[in-house]
Parts: sequence; C-alpha cells; structure tokens
Amino acid sequence: MQQQGYPKKQGLYDPGFEHDACGIGAIVSIDGHKSHRIVMRALDILINLEHRGASGADADSGDGAGILLQIPHLFFKKACKPLNIDLPSEGRYGVGMFFLPQDTEKRQHCQYIFEQAVTQEGQEFLGWRKLPLEDTCLGVTATGSMPYIMQAFVGCSSEITSELEVERKLYVIRKQAENTLEREKMQGFYIPSLSSRTIVYKGMLLAEQVKRFYKDLTHPSFKSAIAVVHSRYSTNTFPSWERAHPSRYIIHNGEINTLRGNVNWINARKSMLESNAFGDDLSKVFPVVNEDGSDSSMFDNAMEFMHLSGRSLALTAMMMIPEPWSKNKNMDKHKRDFYEFNSCLMEPWDGPAAIVFTDGTTLGAVLDRNGLRPARYYVLKDNTLVMASEVGVLDIEEDEVLYKERLRPGRMLLVDTDQGRIIGDEELKQTISKAKPYGKWLKENMKTLYTVKHDEVKEMPEIRNVAKKQFAFGYTYEDLNLLIKPMAETGKESIGAMGNDVPLAVLSDRPQLLYNYFKQLFAQVTNPPIDAIREEIVTGSELYLGTQKNLLNAEGLSARQIKIESPIITNDELAILKNVTEEGFLSKVIPTLFSPDDDGESLEEAMIRMFEAADKAIEEDANLLILSDRGINSSQAPIPALLATAGLHHYLIKNGKRTRVSIIVESGDPREVHHFALLVGYGASAINPYLAFSSIGKMINDGVIKETDYEKAQYNYIKSITTGIVKVMSKMGISTMLSYQGAQIFEAVGISEDVVKIHFTGTPSRIGGLSLKDIGRETVIRHKSAFDIMRKNYALDSGGDYKYRTNGEYHMYNPMTINKLQQACRTGKYSIFKEYSNMFNSSKKATIRSLLKIDSPNNSIPIDEVESVDEIVKRFKTGAMSYGSIGQEAHETLAIAMNRLQGKSNTGEGGEITDRFHPDANGDSRCSAIKQVASGRFGVTSYYLVNAKEIQIKMAQGAKPGEGGQLPGRKVYPWIAKARLSTPGVGLISPPPHHDIYSIEDLAQLIHDLKMANSEADINVKLVSEVGVGTIAAGVAKGKADVILVSGYDGGTGAAPRTSMKHAGLPWELGLAETNQTLILNNLRDRVKLETDGKLMTGKDVIIAALLGAEEYGFSTGPLVAIGCVMMRVCNLDTCPVGVATQNPELRKYFKGKPEYVVNFMKFIAEEMREIMAELGFRNLNEMIGCSDLLKTGDLSGSYKLKGLNLDALFHMPELPKGSTRYRTKRQVHGIEKTFDYRILDHLLHDAIASGKKTTAVLPIKNVDRDVGTYVGSKISRIYADQGLREDTIVLNMKGSAGQSYGAFMPKGITLNLEGDCNDYIGKGLSGGKIIVRCPEEADYIAEENIIIGNVAFYGATGGEAYINGVAGERFCVRNSGVHAVVEGVGDHGCEYMTGGRVVVLGSVGRNFAAGMSGGIAYVYDKDGTFKNFVNHEMVLLERISKNDEADMVRSMIKNHYKYTDSSLAEKLLDGWDDTLEKIVKVIPVDYKNIITAIEEAVEDGIDMETAQLAAFRKYAG
Amino acid sequence: MAKPTGFMEYNRKEMPYRDPLERIKDWNEFSLPLSDEERNLQAARCMDCGTPFCQSGLTLNGLPSGCPLNNLIPEWNDLIYRGLWKDALERLLKTDNFPEFTARVCPSPCEGACTLGVINPQITIKNNELAVIERGFDEGWIKPFKPVRRTGKTVAVIGSGPAGLACADQLNKVGHLVTIYERADRAGGLMMYGIPNMKLEKSVVERRLDIVKEEGIEFILSTDVGVDISGAELQDKYDSVVLCCGATVPRDLKVGGRELDGIYFAVDYLTKNTKSLLDSNHEDGNYISAADKDVIVIGGGDTGNDCVATAIRQGCKSVRQFEIMPEAAAERTSENPWPEFPKVKKTDYGQKECIAMFGNDPRQYCISTKSFSGDDDGKVTGLNTVLIEWSKDTTGRFFPREIDSSEESYKSDMVLLAMGFVGAETNLIDSFGVKTDARGNVNAEYEDHRTNVENVYAAGDMRRGQSLVVWAIREGREAAREVDKSLMGSSILP
Repeated sequence: MQQQGYPKKQGLYDPGFEHDACGIGAIVSIDGHKSHRIVMRALDILINLEHRGASGADADSGDGAGILLQIPHLFFKKACKPLNIDLPSEGRYGVGMFFLPQDTEKRQHCQYIFEQAVTQEGQEFLGWRKLPLEDTCLGVTATGSMPYIMQAFVGCSSEITSELEVERKLYVIRKQAENTLEREKMQGFYIPSLSSRTIVYKGMLLAEQVKRFYKDLTHPSFKSAIAVVHSRYSTNTFPSWERAHPSRYIIHNGEINTLRGNVNWINARKSMLESNAFGDDLSKVFPVVNEDGSDSSMFDNAMEFMHLSGRSLALTAMMMIPEPWSKNKNMDKHKRDFYEFNSCLMEPWDGPAAIVFTDGTTLGAVLDRNGLRPARYYVLKDNTLVMASEVGVLDIEEDEVLYKERLRPGRMLLVDTDQGRIIGDEELKQTISKAKPYGKWLKENMKTLYTVKHDEVKEMPEIRNVAKKQFAFGYTYEDLNLLIKPMAETGKESIGAMGNDVPLAVLSDRPQLLYNYFKQLFAQVTNPPIDAIREEIVTGSELYLGTQKNLLNAEGLSARQIKIESPIITNDELAILKNVTEEGFLSKVIPTLFSPDDDGESLEEAMIRMFEAADKAIEEDANLLILSDRGINSSQAPIPALLATAGLHHYLIKNGKRTRVSIIVESGDPREVHHFALLVGYGASAINPYLAFSSIGKMINDGVIKETDYEKAQYNYIKSITTGIVKVMSKMGISTMLSYQGAQIFEAVGISEDVVKIHFTGTPSRIGGLSLKDIGRETVIRHKSAFDIMRKNYALDSGGDYKYRTNGEYHMYNPMTINKLQQACRTGKYSIFKEYSNMFNSSKKATIRSLLKIDSPNNSIPIDEVESVDEIVKRFKTGAMSYGSIGQEAHETLAIAMNRLQGKSNTGEGGEITDRFHPDANGDSRCSAIKQVASGRFGVTSYYLVNAKEIQIKMAQGAKPGEGGQLPGRKVYPWIAKARLSTPGVGLISPPPHHDIYSIEDLAQLIHDLKMANSEADINVKLVSEVGVGTIAAGVAKGKADVILVSGYDGGTGAAPRTSMKHAGLPWELGLAETNQTLILNNLRDRVKLETDGKLMTGKDVIIAALLGAEEYGFSTGPLVAIGCVMMRVCNLDTCPVGVATQNPELRKYFKGKPEYVVNFMKFIAEEMREIMAELGFRNLNEMIGCSDLLKTGDLSGSYKLKGLNLDALFHMPELPKGSTRYRTKRQVHGIEKTFDYRILDHLLHDAIASGKKTTAVLPIKNVDRDVGTYVGSKISRIYADQGLREDTIVLNMKGSAGQSYGAFMPKGITLNLEGDCNDYIGKGLSGGKIIVRCPEEADYIAEENIIIGNVAFYGATGGEAYINGVAGERFCVRNSGVHAVVEGVGDHGCEYMTGGRVVVLGSVGRNFAAGMSGGIAYVYDKDGTFKNFVNHEMVLLERISKNDEADMVRSMIKNHYKYTDSSLAEKLLDGWDDTLEKIVKVIPVDYKNIITAIEEAVEDGIDMETAQLAAFRKYAG
Repeated sequence: MAKPTGFMEYNRKEMPYRDPLERIKDWNEFSLPLSDEERNLQAARCMDCGTPFCQSGLTLNGLPSGCPLNNLIPEWNDLIYRGLWKDALERLLKTDNFPEFTARVCPSPCEGACTLGVINPQITIKNNELAVIERGFDEGWIKPFKPVRRTGKTVAVIGSGPAGLACADQLNKVGHLVTIYERADRAGGLMMYGIPNMKLEKSVVERRLDIVKEEGIEFILSTDVGVDISGAELQDKYDSVVLCCGATVPRDLKVGGRELDGIYFAVDYLTKNTKSLLDSNHEDGNYISAADKDVIVIGGGDTGNDCVATAIRQGCKSVRQFEIMPEAAAERTSENPWPEFPKVKKTDYGQKECIAMFGNDPRQYCISTKSFSGDDDGKVTGLNTVLIEWSKDTTGRFFPREIDSSEESYKSDMVLLAMGFVGAETNLIDSFGVKTDARGNVNAEYEDHRTNVENVYAAGDMRRGQSLVVWAIREGREAAREVDKSLMGSSILP
C-alpha cells in the first residue's frame, strides 16, 4: 500500500532508501496477570527512551512511537456498549485498529470494503468504534498527516475453533481488504493490527504523546499482561503514521540488510508453497510481503505468514535470525542440525536486530547473531520482566530486583505467560530443535560434492590457447600480475594506494567488462559493517545446490541439497555436477554464447534462447542449470556471465520457477573478487572460473608463479575469492553467503533502464547508459580482436587501471597533469596552473562533472566584483590523511598551509602530537583544525578534542567504504606510536565499524558525546557517496551534525584492497546531489553545512560542487601532489621516494614540499572559481550553492556509450521550503544547556576546576542523563592540557541508572562513583578519569552474576581507571589503549583490538575474547579452566604470571577494586590469593610482548626510553 | 613490482665501456655487458611507479620526456628481476619493433623521466633494454614469423630507416605485402650509415634486416623514388604508399669560406666511412679521412660526438668540437626540473676518447664560427671565431650576443658540420605532390599520418622533423595502423 505523506521519487531521491532505528522496550507480567499498571509502566518506559527517537524540522512531530498490548477485553466490552456492539466472549472476536482516509467518502468506501471482506470470509462484522483522541498535543506535520483512526470488531463464526484459526481468518480478511484497496490505488488505508489477541496503538508521535493522544490507554480498565513499546528514529522528516512501530507481531531495532534478496526469494518460493493450515485460503494472502513497507514491516509480514501457517513465533524467529552455527564446533548437534536443515528452506534475514515479538501469550526477544543492538532486562521479584534498549527506563527500587541480565547475541528469551515462566535460550532451542528429526533428515538427504552419486568423471578438457581466451575475455597484464597472481601465491587480495582516478566504465574509451558498471553498496551509519576478519565466527560461506521445497512444510526431502563450502568450484567439482546421478538431481548445461557477427545485435536473441533452454531443462526436471561459455570460438562470443546469471535469475523469479533450480556458472569471464561477488549477488550458487584457473596454470608453467604448485595456487585463489566475497557482503553488514546470494547490493552506473528492469530488476540505476546491444558490442570488440586470424602477439595489454600506462586507461593524475600541477605550485605561476586545468576542462570526459556545462541567466560581471580569493579559500579543507599514512613533514606542511589560509586541515585517524597544539614562534600553526574521530579512536583524548575547530566522525572512507584499516607494525615508528598512544612496532587495527555506532541513534549519541567534549567545535560526519546517502544524511542532520561531508568513492588512501578502491561507492556528484535534494525535501538543508571531496582537480570542479549543493570543499591528492607526491601508489609499502607517505627517516629526508605550494594550489583553485563566477555573473559563492538548475548536460556525442546517459536527475531542484536557504544559515540545537553537566556539574565544580580544590558531591542520576563528566572534563582539558587535575580532585558519588556515555572522554582528576547500574559506552574515550560502578548495597542478587554496565564500555579509552562491580555487556574495552580496569565478567568480544592498558576480569567471559588484540594485557581469573575456549588465539599468548612485580600489580588492582566497590568476589579472591594467582591467565599479544620486553630490558640496561624504543622497533618491526 | 626497497639498496651501475685507448683501435662496439647478477640488481632498483613517467612520451619545453614508444619499462624491469627474460622480451616487443637499435642509440628520455631520478641516479633503463633484446637473440627466441595469411593488399614504404622499417614490419605482420624502397645500397637509413659502427654495429642492423626479409618484406635498394621511379607509378602499383624518408637536408653554415675544400657535412663523412668499412674494411679508400689532420667539428650534439670518435679512429692529429651554447650544468637547474629531458653536461664516448688520447675535452662552448680561412689551393686551413654571451630578453627567451674583442682563429684542415637537419628533400615530395608545412616537413596529422594525397601517408622525421629513433619507430607503427585500418576497415595493430 502506498505510503501516505511521502514525497514521490524525484531527482535522485527515492523513498525506498529510508532507514529507521529506535529505542525499544517491553514489560510483561510473567504469570500473565493483566493489569493497568503494566500499561502505564510501559508508557513510562517509552518516555524514558525518548532520546533514542527523533523529530524532524518540526520538533513537535515525532518520528513515531507506539505500544502493542493484549486486547483489553473488559475495556472493550464497556467501550462498545454505548455503540451497541455486543462483544462475544474473550478470544472469539477480533479487534482491528484502522488508519483511514480523512475524506469521508473514501473512508466509508474503505470501511465498506473491509466489511465485505469479513462477510465474504464468513465472519460477522460487529461494528466500528471511533477512538477518543487528544490531538491538540501533536505537531503541525503530524496533525497534517493524521489519519482517521477507528477500531473495527469482527465476530468469529462458530466453525472456527482454535485461537490460531481465528488469527488466520482475520489475516485472510485483512489481506483481502488490503489487496482490493491496493488494486483501487486507495491511499491512506492501513491496518496497524487486526487480531483476537493483540492490539497496536501507534502513530507519528513523540514518545510522551502516545499516552495523551490515545485516551484509551489511560483508562483504568485498560489492562494487559504484556506491553511492547517502541520509539522511532527515522532518516527522514516525512510524515508517516504507518511506519511507527510496533508492527503486528514485532518491534524491531535495527535494519535488514539482505532485504532485497529476502523479498525476491520469498516471492520466488510462491509457486512451491502449499499449506494445510491455509488450504485454499493460501492464494488469498499473496503477496506475502508488502514491498512499500519498511524493512521491519516486511520482516513482520514474513514472520506473520510463517507463524500463521503453523510455526511458533519462536521457531520462526530461529529460522529467520539463526545463530551463527556453521563455524561453531561447540554447538549442540540437535541445534546445529536444526539450523542447517532450515537453511535449506530459508536464508537468514541478516542485519543488526533486536526483535521483540509477541502473539499475546508469549513474548520473545532475540538479538541478531552479532549482538549489534542493546537489550537489557530486569526480572523483578513481583514476577515482572522489564526489558529495554537501556536500563533505568523505569524507577525500580534495587530491592525489587531478582536479577539483571542482557540479551546476548543470537540468543532468545521467551516469556510464556500461560506457563507463567521464562523459558531460557537453551531449553527453548533444545525443545524446538528436537521437535523434528532434523539430524536424520540431513543425514539421509544432504550431500556434498564428495558424497553425491555421479557417473565416472572424465577430466575436463584442458583449455587450449589460454592467451587467446584471455584476450577474448578482456584479461590484462594487470589482471594477471596485480590481481590473480598475488591471490594464487598468498591467498590474499592485493593492496594498492592513492585511490582511483580512472573514468567510470561508462566514460571509458575502452570496452569494459560488464562487472565494471556495477558498484558495491556498503553500510554506513544506519547499520554497521561486519568485521569479517576479527569476528569471523559470525560469518558463513556455505551454499546449497538443488531444488528448494515447500517453505511451509519441513520434511526430509527439504534437505535434499548438495552443500558447498564456497561458491567457487574447481573444474573437477564442476565435472561431478555435470555427471551427477543422485536421485533428485539432474544437471543441464546451457550454453551462453552469441554470434559476434552483428556488433552485439544478436545478444538479445541469445538471451531469449538461453531462457527457453532453461525452461526446457526445468521441464525435464533439471535442477542444476550450468550456464557455460566454454564453447567460445571464433564464431561464438560469450554472453557476459553477469548478464546471463542475473538475466536468468530474474527471468525465473518472474515465472515462478526460481527456487526449483540452482544456477551454476562455468565461465571464463570472472577473475577478481568483485566479479564473483556480483555473480553470487545476482543469484549464482556456484561458479567455475575455468579461465582464471587456466591462467594460474599458465603462470606456473611459465615460471611467473614459482614456489607454489597448481593445487596450492588454486586453493589460495579460491580462498582469496571466498574471503573477498565475505568481505564484500560484510561491508554491507551481511554475515552469511546464504542471505547474500541474490541480495543484489549493488548500484548500476551506466546501464540503461531497460536492461536493468528486465535483467537486474530492482537494482538502482540513475543515469541510464548502455543498451543490451552496447553490452554485446563491448564483448564483440574484445572477441574480434582476440580471434583475428592475423594476431600473433598475445602479450596482453597492460590495462593501466591500477598503474598508469600511456597506452592504458586514462588517469586524471597522469605524468602531464602531475608535472604541470607541480610546476605551477612551485613557481606560483597561475599560467601553468591554467595549462594544467585546461587539460581537464577540455574535451576529455572522465568524470560525471566533465559531462556538464553551466548556463547562467546572468550577464558576466567584472572579476573584481567577485568575492576575494582570501574569502573563498576559507571554505577549503585538506582531506583526512593520518600522521602515520603520511610523514610528519608532509602532515605539518598541510596544516601550516591551511592555517595560513584560514582553511582547515585534518588530522586523519592518527591523533596528533600535542606540541602541535601551540603556535610556532613564527606565527604558523601546525595544529590541524579538524580532528578526526574514526573507528580506531587512535589518540582521541579530551585534550585532542578541545583543540579542534571541527570534529569529524569518519563513517566511511572513499577508497574503501565499509572496511577497516590496518597500520602494520613496521609502520608504527616510535613517534607514530606516541601520537596514537600505542606501542612502537605493534600493529594497529581500525575496525570496520565504529563499535559505538551500529545505528543512526548511536551516531546521534556520538555527535552528542563530541559536542559535550568540545562545545565550540562543529561536528562533521563524513559519509561516502552511494545510492541512498541522501536519506542517511537526512538522518545525520536530525542527529544534529553541523557539517555533513559526502565523499567521492575515488578518494586517495594510504592502502586499500584494489577491488575496493575501484568498485565500492560512487562519484561525489551523485551522492552530493542526492544529499542536497533530500535535505531540502526534508527541510533540513539550512541547518547543516554540506561538504564534498573526491578528486576535485580544478576551479570548475569546485563550482560544479557548489551548484550541486556543497558549500565546503576538500582536497587531498591535489595538495599532496603540490608538495611532491608523484602518484607512486606505494604508500602501503613505506617506500615513498619523495618522502611524503613514509615514516622512514631516510626517505623523509627527500621531502621537498613547502606550505607555499599548498597555498598556491588553493589560491589557484579559488582564482579559477572567481573567473567562472565572473563569467556566470555571481558575486559570491553563497548565491550559487545548490543552483543545480544552471547545470545542463554537455555534448554526449562521440561514444556509443555516452548516448544512453541521462543526467537530468542530478539537476533536479526541489522547491525550497518557506524561509529556508540552500546553505547553512541556522545552527543545530544541541541542547547542551539541558544536560546534567551544564545544569548541575558546571556550576558545582566551577571552583574545583579553576583552582584544583578538592570537591565531593552526592547526586542522583537517571538514564536520560547522558555524557556525565564529559563537558566539565573538557573544561579541565582546556586549562590543564593533557595533565588534568590531581587524582580524585573531584569525586562525584551518584546513585541510579546512568545514561549512555557515562564519563566519556573524562580527563584525570574526576572520579565518578556510581551506585546502581549503567548503560552503553561507559568510559568511552576515557582520558585519565576514574569510574567506579558499584552494585547497590540493598541489592539481593549476587553482583558477579548480574549485568551492571552495558555494551562497548571504555571503547577507545586512553587512560584512567575503572572498577566495575558486576558483569559488563559485549565488547568490553574495545580498542582500549590505556585504561586499567577491573570487571567481574564480560560478554562477547572482550578486549577486542585492544592496544594498551590492563584489564582484569574476575569472572566469566563471552566468545571471541582478545580478537585483534595487539597490545595491552588482560588478566582473567579462570575459575573452571574453560577460558581458553573463549579466546580468539590469532594474536595472543595465554600465560601464567611469572614475575612478582606483575603479580603485585594485579593484586593491587584487585585490592583497589575491593576498596572502591566492596566487591565480595574481590574479597574472596584476595583472601585466597595464592590460589587465585594460580588461576589467573595472562593474555598478551605476541608482538606486544616482544617489543615491550625488549624495551624493558634496554631500559634496565640504562638506555634511555627513546633509544630503547627505536632499537626495539628496529629489531622486531623495522 | 621488482623489489620494493631495491632503489634504497643498490646503486646505479651502467654498462662499462672498453678502455678508450683500446677501443679506438677498432670499429667495434664500445660497451660491455654486465653479468646476469648485476643486471638483476639494476632491474631491482625499479620502483614500479604507480605513475611511471619513464614510459610517458611527453614533450616538455620542446624536448622529449619519457619513452615516446611508451615502452612498458616497469613491467620488463620487474620481469628481468624475476628472471623471466622471455616474458620481458614479449613485453618489450609489444611496443618496440627494434629494441636492439633503440637500446643502443636512443638518448633515453626514459631515464631523464625516471622518478628515481628525483632523489637518486636513475634506473639503467637503456642498458636493461639491451640486455633483454640481446638475450632474446642469444637464446634464439627471436625468429622470423611469416603471417598466416596474406591479405592481398600491397604497400610501398619509401625509406628503410627506423620509421620505414617499423611501418613495414607492422604491416607485414597483419598480412599485407610490403615493399621497401631505399635510395642507398644498403637498407637501414641512418641506422646503417648515419650512426658509426662502434655505437651500432652494422651486424646488428643486418641481423634485423635478415629477419624482416625472411618474414616477407621486399627491399628494392639503390632506387631513388622521385628520380628513378615516379610517385605516380608507385601509387598505381600499390594500394598504399608510406613516405618515411627522414629529414635528410643538413643544416649548413653559410659563412665566408664555406666553399673551401675540407669542409664536410658530418652525415657525408660518417656515411662514407661506414660504407667503406663495410665494403672493404676501409681498404677501398672511399672515405674521407681525418688521418693526421686537425679536425674541428662544429656542433656539440651526438653526431658531433660520433665525428670526434670517428676522427680519432682515423688517426687525426687533433680534434675540437665547437658548441654555440654554453656548457650545461653538471646537475639539473631549477629551470630544467624533473621529468624534463635533463640538460646536463654529458661526456660521451667520443669525448672521453679524446680526453684519453689528447688529454683534453674536445668541446668549446659559446663559440661561433664567423668564417673559414683557406689556402691558395682552396683548402680549408682554419676557422675564425667569436665568443658568445647568452642573455634573456624581456620575454624570457635566450638570445646570443657576440663578446667584443673575443675574436680568435683556429687552425684546422678538416671541418665537419654537425648542426642537425633542417627538413626533408624535395624531389620526392614533389613527385607525390604532397603538401608540406612551413618547416618543410610533410603535412600529415600525428596519429593519422594521411597526407593530402589519397593513400599516401607520411611518418617519422619526414613528417615530424629531425627527431629520435624512438619517435621514428612510433610514427612508423602508427602510420601502419592507419594504413591497415584503411585497407581492412579495422585493425588489431596498436
């Protein structure tokens, strides 16, 4: 049903990309006792989650909030009486909540249709009830879009006996009514719930409005035993009442990343569906999924359907959100079998998720496999369970609490109010997994390539004329040497540097592989990328081949599949499939070839032929369709494998046959990760890249690959590709190949709408492009050249995609442009700069912007009337390049230059040496105005932050969006380690996600944290261009970012996998235009600055950026070239010969750059802008910003590729909301004055901070009090730099549940002493302060068995102490580099990526402890000797404490813990110290141990620290 | 990539030359190969740049920077380092038809543009190239390949210098029947007669000529097109004609006494010397001898140097080399930054031989010859010179000014004019009726090479003016592609 109130798709904006996130809560009376108190308490929870929701430009209109309850029978009985509705007994009628059109006629029609549906289905329509509402509290937007809200009552016929049957019938009725009105294109009709068990009250409300708006809820007779609440944060400001949660069965916090695939698959399964439960009614409920809904609502649709067809909600949840089972060897066999069996029926719905579901009797909750959303719960002595995203959402006395827990990754919690008890994960899953003989079914039916029966396999014929085939498939010398060879030799993808500066495929003069027209999408902000390396345990690469059976009926034959561990199969494995004889399997080879004779014309016909062949094969019961281009010869050209695969996939989906078959690809086409990722993403189950294998064989024969035999090389190659695909999917936040398959997380750039619509259905493609014939033509060009009878020389073309070749692909940075730019900047000659810029402004079309021309309605003006160069350059910034990726000289040169210009330079992700915070004697400043905060949080301290004019949160990086980074130990020279607060020679890893940003509301929290840490700095959020970035940016603007940077995909970089540099993300033109349009549509544009960067080369480039909406501009590669970079692209090797991107002191000597060069560069750009402005008749830049209507498409003649392009969407200029502007004129309201620090602490601590006087206070605290200590901490850092105050100068004794980011970035001198519990991100970036969290004295539960602080505690902390008297959530001390912490238990991924500090864990730990840990030491009290099973052993050693002073240190930490928290556990352990010491396991990273031992020994020998460090570095890393 | 840190670990080492006093006793090549191990380290120095300037083929400030053939230098350096000589050869031959020539005679703008040159001595690109191609010959990897099929199209190429040979080679590969017309009695153009044997042994040229003949290219020698056979006739006979006759008109020094005996153009001097050497090992006496003469070479370039070396081998009494420009700096100046062609002082083999033989560098700078003096027999006896001062005018251009009372006279009984070439000869041009530009070069667009006359193309120095062998080969290849395209509708030639 179409969304009411949303703007339609326009320009680059598409409502399909909306995301949301939220706060969730639930309260349930475990024994099923219904009360009004439950309802009221639920509404209180909602209010206390307010800060997790959001509001738009209109502050009184919330993004949505609601509540799901049991049907209050008595209340309705009473309420219906005056309406003359006589309700049957409880459970024998359904109540529907209806959103109806305000228009009377339309409304009545909707009512009529519904009533008819009821009657048709043989039920009794009882009547309508108009709800009493208090709508005066609503905001303007909410009121304007408010539906007419009514309830309908439906009585059941006596034929229906069971509760589930009632629900099923109501579902059929609802579907019928929905489908009828959908057909009639009725808008504004929506049924939030229709059930005999539950009811949903929701709307476009702020949390606190729910209670007032729906008067029903406050009626004392409105009673329920179960209540589920939700407060929404959406990435837009458009009015939507429907999108509020709860849905009918669930509330969801998170995002389903695999949605496109899930929806395709569920549609594809339709023809195989049969249901005893629904019987003939089944056909009435299609389509199962309403594709206009949000991801959550589609999930709800699917869950509802599966549930009503006979599965319990819990089982359905286990199918849809399975635990990671495939890599978990310890999992109970029954459970494993259950998961494996069910993965034959349905792929996981993957993405971060906390889902609470209820059918009115049971209430369940489940977290995604990675635990990416928070969910904490208390069980109270009065038999109530309270669960929410946070603790402290209800006022609960400690002595009421029975215990405190959290929902763990992949685990489920179920309250059965019938049984009156909580059913734990273990029991629940055991029961479910033993309910059917899954193991037996698997054993009998599931095969592998080694067990499946097949005819004797003859060896596949050798590929003859490999070089000729390579030519035909467009192989280049680079493909072989830079991509395939490293993979075959090392099993890893190869790394490159300095980003991408070649044209988009559609702009290239050379025929391109079809793959190159597709760009990978990636997660940013609204969901996190997965760390497929350090958190490999949650990933899975297995796929199944064969026919999928009826989703609604689990039976033995459902498992009749061939399991493969990787989608890449060898020639021998393919041969097995070709010769398979096992019952239930039949393979058929379908040639994918076409005639090269007519320039691509016959490709279309060939596609049709291929489809027919597939149909015929399916008729003959083939279920393994092998698409093969092995038959390529001089008269047969290969259909691009991607086209063949995607085309057939969508053809079969459309004709309902898709799940009968698996598509297997035998092709010479795919060779690099991106190719395979695309093939699987568009439906292939298995791929045999025979030519890639032959190429490896040839390289071995020719001696190009030595030291590796063919078997090993093939294995390595398959491994690289497989892990590569896993990485591609993990970038989007997808964990399993099964859910990635067909998820098509790509955007097409340069493919025509016709081709996309038919063969790549559902893929975004926004600028048109190649027709099918053009695609054919590109193949034909290669084919003809390869098969030309005269060709003798088969030495492959170089390619020149990664390294410049004059005869290869065009690069914007080429010898000529580099030379001219350097000469211009060095000599200061603008005339040379013009020679340089003319090389771009002339006919060469390498970028989208080069296709544009500017038409101004104004007359030209004299240039001296245009605003000055000095004004313009203030808008310029240099990009985020870390000290570490580039050397000190280069880094400081950029900073000095930008400070001279009053522009801004950026620290990048590497901290900054503090002496740069003070001006130099000559007046220059080396202090970077922008301080970056990235996922590694290197060097991010309170003092660092207060020295920023702008703080940038890097959500993604153009060169490799969705990926983390790694600074190998050999580059962590002592001076780099100093800036990053780490250890020399020890590698540093930046995780793919910020572990404190898994969703949009988390980002809002980090923005708030940073604003509190430096209230004077603008907060900048860096995004990377991709489809949907505009919508994300709108969410970011609502999260109160001051500046939003939309970066192009082509950004330079120190190091990135080559395939990521080239294939992930989009040019900034598209992202910027989309963002600008979306912000204006949302009326958010005037409150943020919009910035862009990505290979901005000339003044004209910047002018186009301005017209597309950017008011600030970033440059990276340009300034680097100005100071000497010659695009060696070896930054990753530390061998930069011009001393720019190296730490090697020998090479740094060669650095010849000067600030003047950068100043010249910036001034030249500005001067050129002025020339264009004068010509266009603009006096200042603000007048031009966002005037995209001045842009026109330039001349597109000249190439067959360009003619299909249509850039109009870029120029779309939405109407400006009244009173708004196209650039920033307003300030975000950050609400600092409402914070705890501002209201209470600032005044209280004024003297203490000014004079260092000891101060103590006692204060109550609530969960809404966030960032306690951060703002006052920043004041200390401003005065006392990185020294802080003396320990315990300020001691704040608090009681209650502390809000998020408690003590974030708090410097030394403050001690927070909390009695109670605490939410997520406690001690984030702690910079020397001390945090104590004690279990309350009156608590009856045992501290070390109860959770006391939330997830991601002490993330990126750099110093200080922490004593936690209870268990912490997941990811304790992630990327800690200095804190000394004691805790009584931690969740999964403890001490992940830690680089320093000391952590003492006195209790149990979760899975994957110490993953990616490169520094620091953890000491874990291993009570029962099982600790080692929970450790990720990749980088660490487990040892005993051997030295006395070390034992003393640990003991004194535990002593402190006892002293501060009165921990009984600590007391016990200290009492039996000798025994305790025996059981303490020391966890120390190998490299770290080597280095610190060497340093310690040297220092003991009397060598000074600096020399010792350098010596140790040289020995182990240099 | 070769070895990422190789450039920091190993020093540049060029091929050693034979001892000057030894080598002047014969006409054989002067350089000696490095061992495989040493060559490997030289290749290891290559940084495999992301943006290799060495292969870029730019023109900066009027001079070449980076290889005009766009030789895939980083690729074959890497392959040498990895010991994959055959692959290296394959990559080298992809862009360069005759590496054995270019690796011997090219002034290597590649090395001038080598990025390592920014901080350290450059890679020995030219020597590496020579190692690859000679390895190819030594191993027998270079064999004649006849095209699998003939197209039936015929092409005449006029001129057998590097442009003509390259053009013919390319066209023959794709099956056209190619006939080369050459005015001289031996093919090879300047490579045969213009460059002395010690720099490019003629056996090397013959070796290549034998291959292309074997591959099916026909040579018609001693035939001066435009004189012996008309353009029209060729046009009639062949589907296409490509003019690759070079820029063979030498620049003259029109001063008093120019008519005196004993004043020769360098090209005539060198040609005769080589021809006699090849014909009879100088026994026929058909050459201009510098024996016992005081030789003055006017012109400080490579040809001048070749004259110096030739004169020394002939047994001259003394030799001087006059250069009107000032002495180049020892290192690059800020006016001549990387990657421009380095205008630095280079002491070439002939000059080194002079130093070894006579104890002095033959070169004199900023010197201009005002007139020649001669004896009564009309033989030259000396030169009258003046010194020159160079200064910048207001537009920044250098102009010469004679220094007052700096006149001097030099004794000389043999003067060689090595001041370059001014353009193509006209009778052939007239015969075809092709148009020329202001400088006398044939008018044809670069990368298109069509002249105003249908099916007649021009390439090399004849089109571009005096230039480098690498440019000639490049143009020959490009003209071949255009010819092929026009004959067949499309071309697989690069």
